[in-house]
Amino acid sequence: MTEARQNIIKRLQKDILGWQGFAPPSAAEKKGIGLGPIEDAFPNGIFPTGNIHEMLCAEKEQAAATSGLMMGILSVLMKNNGACIWISTGRKFFPPSAHHFGVAAHRLVFIDTQRERDTLWVMEEALKCEGVAAVIAEVNELSFAQSRRLQLVVETSKVTGFVLRSDMRKLSTTTCVARWQVNPLPSQTEGDLPGVGFPRWQVELLRVRNGLPGTWQLSWSNHGFTWAAEQDLETQYTDVQLQVG
Amino acid sequence: MMSRRYVSLWFRHLLTDWLTLRQPELKDVPFVLVAPEKNRLIVKATNRLTEQYGISTGMAAADARAVVPGLQVLNAEPGKAEEILKKAAAWCIRYSPLISIDGDGLILDISGCTHLWGSEHDYLKSLVKTLLAKGYDVRGAMADTVGLAWAIARYGKHKPIIETHEHQNALLPLPPEALRIEPETIDLLYKLGFFNIKQIIGHERSALRRRFGNNFLLRLHQALGNVDEPLQYIHPVEPYHVRLPFLEPIRTAEVIEMRIKDLLDMLCERLTAEGMGLRKAVLKGYRVDGKVIEAVIGTNKPSNNAAHLLKLFALKIPGIEPALGIELFTLDAFKVEEVEHKQENLWLAEGSDESTDALAGLLDRVGNKIGAQNIHRYLPQASYWPERSLKPALSLAEQPDMDWNNGRPRPSLLLKYPQRIEVMALLPDEPPRHFIWKGKKHIIKKADDAERIEPEWWQHPERHNHRDYYMIEDEKGGRYWVFRSGHHEGEGTRWYLHGFFA
Repeated sequence: MTEARQNIIKRLQKDILGWQGFAPPSAAEKKGIGLGPIEDAFPNGIFPTGNIHEMLCAEKEQAAATSGLMMGILSVLMKNNGACIWISTGRKFFPPSAHHFGVAAHRLVFIDTQRERDTLWVMEEALKCEGVAAVIAEVNELSFAQSRRLQLVVETSKVTGFVLRSDMRKLSTTTCVARWQVNPLPSQTEGDLPGVGFPRWQVELLRVRNGLPGTWQLSWSNHGFTWAAEQDLETQYTDVQLQVG
Repeated sequence: MMSRRYVSLWFRHLLTDWLTLRQPELKDVPFVLVAPEKNRLIVKATNRLTEQYGISTGMAAADARAVVPGLQVLNAEPGKAEEILKKAAAWCIRYSPLISIDGDGLILDISGCTHLWGSEHDYLKSLVKTLLAKGYDVRGAMADTVGLAWAIARYGKHKPIIETHEHQNALLPLPPEALRIEPETIDLLYKLGFFNIKQIIGHERSALRRRFGNNFLLRLHQALGNVDEPLQYIHPVEPYHVRLPFLEPIRTAEVIEMRIKDLLDMLCERLTAEGMGLRKAVLKGYRVDGKVIEAVIGTNKPSNNAAHLLKLFALKIPGIEPALGIELFTLDAFKVEEVEHKQENLWLAEGSDESTDALAGLLDRVGNKIGAQNIHRYLPQASYWPERSLKPALSLAEQPDMDWNNGRPRPSLLLKYPQRIEVMALLPDEPPRHFIWKGKKHIIKKADDAERIEPEWWQHPERHNHRDYYMIEDEKGGRYWVFRSGHHEGEGTRWYLHGFFA
């Protein structure tokens, strides 16, 4: 009885997703982009490309961690074609670091703007351009209307956009598919080896449209993301809680 | 050789007309402009009324005053005539693109221009009438050679337009001064009894040269069209130039856009035929009120795609002020390069031709709106000094000539200027135990070995200390790139925060 009911619910969920524009994955998309368990949080279990993602980074440390995560995602997105466009008013990103995450930095185009209005204008223009793999924009805030404009553009062009927001006081509802926050975590070294290990982050999905928000621990080793196994996660998570507390 | 046609315009009272336009009260007053010469005031320009009394330029002002009672004597501004002529030449651009200033008049190369006005007659009529209406007493003539047009404008008695191949007959009855020669030679010719050119032309060349010199012969043959006469045009011709005059001045944005499209179609047709694409183009609009407005566009990649170029201009149209209307558009391609036909090893790797074009198009649009200097792409450069380990790419097609990897990890964020930090280190050559940045204390839990980076002595021979960089991690997991500037035993040792690792 319960099983039959669950099947009905599953089928209904699938229908609703379809009506909302989430097509069931094709074989190529099924491979994923290497984010492992995080991808399961999204509808149909796929990282939504062709959408706008909102990344919160108030601190420089968060911005650095976020750019690491984005570069890891870009290394997959940029494999197929195109370039990535990065728009900002005060650029701090250091291109040689991209190599570490498997992105050829000469395929990143940086556009420096004077005003935030220009940033959003350039982002909208860039998102219209189908020859682009991804567009990244650094802004202080993003209003609902602005996010809807961007969303309408990507619905036709299928370009993936990342909006990096730095002002946490003005968080409001947006049409972005997901709201991320990435915090750095202490790196782990094997045994008692000295030195700093691979970058490790706590990735939080604060909001996911039609998905399940959650928290994951992720690290980047040489050529891909690795994630903590389920049971580690529990303990490490409490560690973090203690540290924060 | 294609036969050429020229118009000579003679401004008979250029300076006085100009002054009368500015001071209308001078209209019915006889006046002259004078300038000192050898301790005397000499008449430099006369107006029409003064001429009726027989006053001509070169007379002493005192004599002129004696002849004409109530003559107004004003000072002439040196260099004013050239200035006015230059403006007049700029205005004449709507009649011909090739205009040259010639003493007290203008020479227009009008080959292939007249049909736009219907006929040569209508063309000349329109040109002279408009100038007369503006208040300039002007005479114009049209002929096959510059010399003859000049002569007819000043000395012609019958008709201003000399038909093609008629120039020899037209020249013969004119007086010797119609040949643009020195006054001494003219005097000599009159003394010898030559009152028109017909009398001269029968004589032997060598005899003429001996008597009157080379210049005389050159001028004669230039007027006859046996010798070419090079002109110095005030608007040098751009190799890629198109123009579009309008009968009715245009004023609305829609029409301006349509006309720009026409111009681009004309230019792109030629560019496509020659396999070229433009990198920089200038659109000039000549307004009814005499002002010239400009719009400049640039592209990242040579383009002869009219639709794309129109998009770039469309961004500029709001800045074009038509005021009372635009009479003429010209479009010059200043920088033209060969279009890349074969797909070079573009940096977009597997990106298709179309996506490359789309990206180049996007960057053009953005560059024209916010400035192309704000778009950057970087290539690796052989330097360990972090600020110099990358260089801007010059074009979209430029590929890196070395690997991005230089062995050690580099931070994701790099501060433009390293920031001072307070540091506590146990041993002088060890990574710090904690540091204070912006009033916040970071306790270091992990650190990598130092990476010493020496400045390249050939870049900055004495300015910089070497830097010892450490990658450190604090208790919260923040990863930083800090360095100690200078030797750890030295006096000027300082610690700086330079970047953030992912």
